[in-house]
Amino acid sequence: MARTDVQLMLDVKAGDEQSFELLLRKYRTPLVNFLYRMVRDSAVAEDLAQEVFLRVYRARKEYAPSAKFTTWMFRIATNLALNSVRDNRHRQMEISMDHAVDAGDDEHPAMEVPDRTPSVEQQLVARNRSEMILRAVHALPDKQRAAVLLHKYQELDYDEIARILECSESALKSLLFRAYETLRAELAPLVNSVRV
Amino acid sequence: MSNTERNAEGIAKYCAGMEDKLVEYLDGRAKPAGRRAVEEHLAACSGCRNRAEEFRNLWAALEDLPVVSPSPAFDASLRARIAAEPARRGFWSWLPSPRLAFAVTALVAMSVWVASIPRVTINESPMTGVQVEADFSMIRDLPVLENYDVLSKFDALSELPAPPNGVATEEGTKEIR
Repeated sequence: MARTDVQLMLDVKAGDEQSFELLLRKYRTPLVNFLYRMVRDSAVAEDLAQEVFLRVYRARKEYAPSAKFTTWMFRIATNLALNSVRDNRHRQMEISMDHAVDAGDDEHPAMEVPDRTPSVEQQLVARNRSEMILRAVHALPDKQRAAVLLHKYQELDYDEIARILECSESALKSLLFRAYETLRAELAPLVNSVRV
Repeated sequence: MSNTERNAEGIAKYCAGMEDKLVEYLDGRAKPAGRRAVEEHLAACSGCRNRAEEFRNLWAALEDLPVVSPSPAFDASLRARIAAEPARRGFWSWLPSPRLAFAVTALVAMSVWVASIPRVTINESPMTGVQVEADFSMIRDLPVLENYDVLSKFDALSELPAPPNGVATEEGTKEIR
């Protein structure tokens, strides 16, 4: 019978390093994806994901299962991502005051899109589509972006997301509605093409 | 028209009461009572029905966001960072080193010694009326006292004829003093 995340973490607390490996294997990809979509920089996302695991490992002795493991882990990840975005925004603001930097998309090249389409043209269309979605998601306000990523891609429960973002469930639902409303407007060509 | 304007206009078209219900209904996590209420509303409101449809399409489009994989070096790098972590400090490790302990003890002992030296105490009792009067007299006589040396060495005084009796001289000297 598979152990739950909380049980794995309690085993890590008891000194079982193998359980930490299992948690790492289970969550490294979701974490890296979540962080990449938050910060839009693959190197920073990996660094932050490692930092999350490091903090989980450091806190193992004090771990108390008061909430779901994912709530705890994504709360750490969200805080790290928001701080990173804030720091990066501050850095970019400082740079832009000195130099008129053209912040084009080439500065943040998208990560490799899996090659599932045979033709180059289809691949380009898929890449543009992905890039458009990523840009729209990244343009959301920080808290809305985190809410959408945790809701749509991590499929966390509302109470978990509300705890991570430190707001009420009702406020979270309104936040999500506004975020999806913005995305609907930004991605209208894609939404309409799906509709047709 | 900007996206924000379109967005604001879009929200105005739909029922504000659906803001905290529609997403929960569409992702299938609404409770049965909430789900029924939304379904009844959607049946009667074409605006919200369109919005629900657009949200479904949006969610389908969002599935196309690329999934990234951690780099092959991710695990090794993390293990290296964990290995570089300093060993956890136990209770005894928080005790200071012998050299620091000696320095702190010496400092404390010196402070106690300095504090124990008897100090010259100044009588700070409130001044009585007699003391005030005495001080005032002294201040009043200050010019005379300051000139005492001049008066005692004043040669002209020694050339004065001797008084008729020694008592008068003595009294005069006393008066000067």
